[in-house]
Amino acid sequence: MAATNGSAFEQPASFAFDEESEAEIAKIVLRYPPGKQASAVIPALYIAQKQMKRQTGSAWVPVKAMDAVGARLGMAPIRVYEVATFYFMFNTKPIGTYHLQVCTTTPCWLRGSDEVTEACRKETGIKGWGETSADGMFTMTEVECLGACVNAPILQVDDDFYEDMDAEKVTQLLAALRRGERPSPGSMTGRQTSAPEGGPTTLTTLHFAPEG
Amino acid sequence: MAKVTIDGVTVEVANGSTILQAAEQAGIEIPRFCYHERLSIAGNCRMCLVEVEKAPPKPIASCGYPVADGMVVHTDSKMVRNARRGVMEFLLINHPLDCPICDQGGECDLQDQAMGYGMDHSRYAENKRAVPDKNLGPLVKTSMNRCIHCTRCIRFITEVAGVPDLGATARGEHMEVGTYVEKALGSELSGNIIDLCPVGALTSKPYAFVARPWELSKVDSVDVLDAVGTNIRIDSRGPEVLRILPRINEDVNEEWLGDKSRFALDGLKRRRLDRPWVRENGKLRAATWNEAFDAIAAKLKTLSGDRIGAIAGDLCDAESLVALKDLFASLGSTNIDCRQDGAKLDASRRDFYCFNTSIAGIEEADAILIVGSNPRHEAPVLNARIRKAWLAHELPIGLIGSETDLTYKVTPLGAAPSVLTALHDGSHEFAKVLADAKKPMIIVGQGALARPDGAAVLAAAWRLAAHVGALSSEWHGFNVLHTAAARVGALDLGFVPGPNGKSADAMLGGGVDLLWLLGADEFDPARIAAGTFVVYQGHHGDAGAHRADVILPGSAYTEKSGTYVNTEGRAQRAFKAIYPPGDAREDWTIVRAFSAVIGKPLPYDTIEAVRTRLEQVNPVFGRVGFLPRFGCSDQTGPAGDPAVLSDAPLASSVANYYMTDPISRASPTMAACVQAQATPALAAE
Repeated sequence: MAATNGSAFEQPASFAFDEESEAEIAKIVLRYPPGKQASAVIPALYIAQKQMKRQTGSAWVPVKAMDAVGARLGMAPIRVYEVATFYFMFNTKPIGTYHLQVCTTTPCWLRGSDEVTEACRKETGIKGWGETSADGMFTMTEVECLGACVNAPILQVDDDFYEDMDAEKVTQLLAALRRGERPSPGSMTGRQTSAPEGGPTTLTTLHFAPEG
Repeated sequence: MAKVTIDGVTVEVANGSTILQAAEQAGIEIPRFCYHERLSIAGNCRMCLVEVEKAPPKPIASCGYPVADGMVVHTDSKMVRNARRGVMEFLLINHPLDCPICDQGGECDLQDQAMGYGMDHSRYAENKRAVPDKNLGPLVKTSMNRCIHCTRCIRFITEVAGVPDLGATARGEHMEVGTYVEKALGSELSGNIIDLCPVGALTSKPYAFVARPWELSKVDSVDVLDAVGTNIRIDSRGPEVLRILPRINEDVNEEWLGDKSRFALDGLKRRRLDRPWVRENGKLRAATWNEAFDAIAAKLKTLSGDRIGAIAGDLCDAESLVALKDLFASLGSTNIDCRQDGAKLDASRRDFYCFNTSIAGIEEADAILIVGSNPRHEAPVLNARIRKAWLAHELPIGLIGSETDLTYKVTPLGAAPSVLTALHDGSHEFAKVLADAKKPMIIVGQGALARPDGAAVLAAAWRLAAHVGALSSEWHGFNVLHTAAARVGALDLGFVPGPNGKSADAMLGGGVDLLWLLGADEFDPARIAAGTFVVYQGHHGDAGAHRADVILPGSAYTEKSGTYVNTEGRAQRAFKAIYPPGDAREDWTIVRAFSAVIGKPLPYDTIEAVRTRLEQVNPVFGRVGFLPRFGCSDQTGPAGDPAVLSDAPLASSVANYYMTDPISRASPTMAACVQAQATPALAAE
């Protein structure tokens, strides 16, 4: 991985929290006792990333935004840089409009994450992890377990989980995203949350006597 | 207390100690990379693994594991050795095999410990990771492939230096130590991370590829570029000083050294005066010692004692000062002064001009008032001690003077000297803080004294100290922070105008016809009256030498044995590391030789005899290295009326940390630092 310190691409000249972000931060800071505002650094970075998404269409945290978080929370800038670069959920370089996060951890892999990955590659033309498609629509990253193994494989788009994926569903999903639609997240096979496909498979013989 | 048995040795250690500390007490060495006794415990290198009986059956990191009563520890069992070998193998996976071209070679912890725990071959066949080098400014060179992520540098810069510039970004195999956004380190203590780095990741930029440690001869000395009296070791090879490192002295500098003191040494090779010069027809020409002495003697013959005078500079050793003082006494002159900046220091009593609390004593203080000083620039090592005290018990610190980042929280009280009056009469809210403190400290900087109302500021500060209880028989909280290494020694010797003697100001303004400058450069030479015959004795062609009629080449502090008294009043001895260049001589011998030329030979021929004379003038010169601490026995204040304070704002006397004396002004490294401070972002490119 190349140095992620922002020298390879353009950083915005300035960053300031807008009203919406400011209101959210104020709410979060209140959760911590006075003098412990630094605890709010992760949510604050997340707010900054969301603001960038609103303002530029790309959800990432430029250095200036990290500085703004540091200034807001009374932290040395380097302490914010450390956190922002530690977590993969913060993008320290610009990404595409949609962030495709493919889970490739064992359960998803056993259930066909390779197929999902291939489909994503084919649809977007992206070759390697962390790259952005030529049209700037998609960035594809490999993520570790998203904690939704029962509905593996998972493709996370921005904040939404799309579950029970396969190549065809990926193609449909990306096509919808390209059209500017956002299909409702959750299982793509239509099952209810993580219930068995096609209805209950256990406890089917139990009958409760009606009350009274 | 807890009884711990380590490898069969039973020691009793304080509760809360770690196994590693207990082992140290038992005289057993445990290898370590990340642990450092002056930094917080990180516990991330895993080299200090030990086996503890009846503890979980796994190796335990001794640096962060507290002792318990009855604990039995093995530091050399089979399990321990295997575990350490494993750790070493992992550390070496990504460490390049470039010891032959690494500046740390020969004094590298990893190299040393690999001898004990390393394998004879590597089992790792994959590519090593490559990390881009960082540019941390003109002093610290990085070679980040060598970094083993001990984080000592991060912890030092954050905790001790108080300038959080360094951090560890990204994670796992991608973790990098650096500033993330490229910039020069903004600390005056940044050179210490070179010493702390256990491998060759951080090395000295000016010293890169210069020498191997085993080629150097090492001499103990004392730093003179500020008045802290930092204990140093001078590493030299042949006629060159190549490196200056701190020595441990818990009472003075712990084990830190300021960047100027460490890196200004290239100034010792530039702009040097290596032969006598005599001005003839308005132009200086090279001369012999005899010609130079004859020129001075001829001029002296025409003058009476009250028309000659001497001003001593900031880097002089006490030996040359006492010789010059004796020379002028024999010529019937009392026109001598060591306060070239015009500081209104009162030499009548020692505690009027010393840092009486002592540097180690700062840690006991519970409130500090800084008057007209920026300790971060005037004495960075002492500033680190204030920060240490502040970190330990967050004591209130007030500052009268221009606001600046001192690396700890400061209550700005304004810059007007009248604040001293307000603190005294209680009308200022900080007065209560000082009054409530049991051990308050007042630190008066040279910026507060080198001004027309300096005597009034000094008296007002003393009066305030007496008022808030800083002057008791157990606690002396009145402190003068000096910036000149020679100053306290000179004041101890009485290098101040005698009865009817002229001050530096009067001498510069035409009060004398022959002016002997002993390394005095810190004033505008244009102030010297036109007709004055100037003798400059010193080592650098700086301000004073340009105005001189006769130049006598002296020695820099690395080239002579000398005694220096630091701002606390601690006499310390520096030893000669190399010979002075060319015809230059040790300074006291120059004065001694000249006294013979004019037929008034001084009564000492050896340095021991000069030191006997020093002790005769003031017994403090007999107590080398040792500083007795006194309370205040007499609350009578220094001369000066605290009522006549002016309105001029107080400010530090040091405008530019990196250039304060002839040596640092001649240093290209210091010039690069000045540039880097001015444009931190650009300098890193």
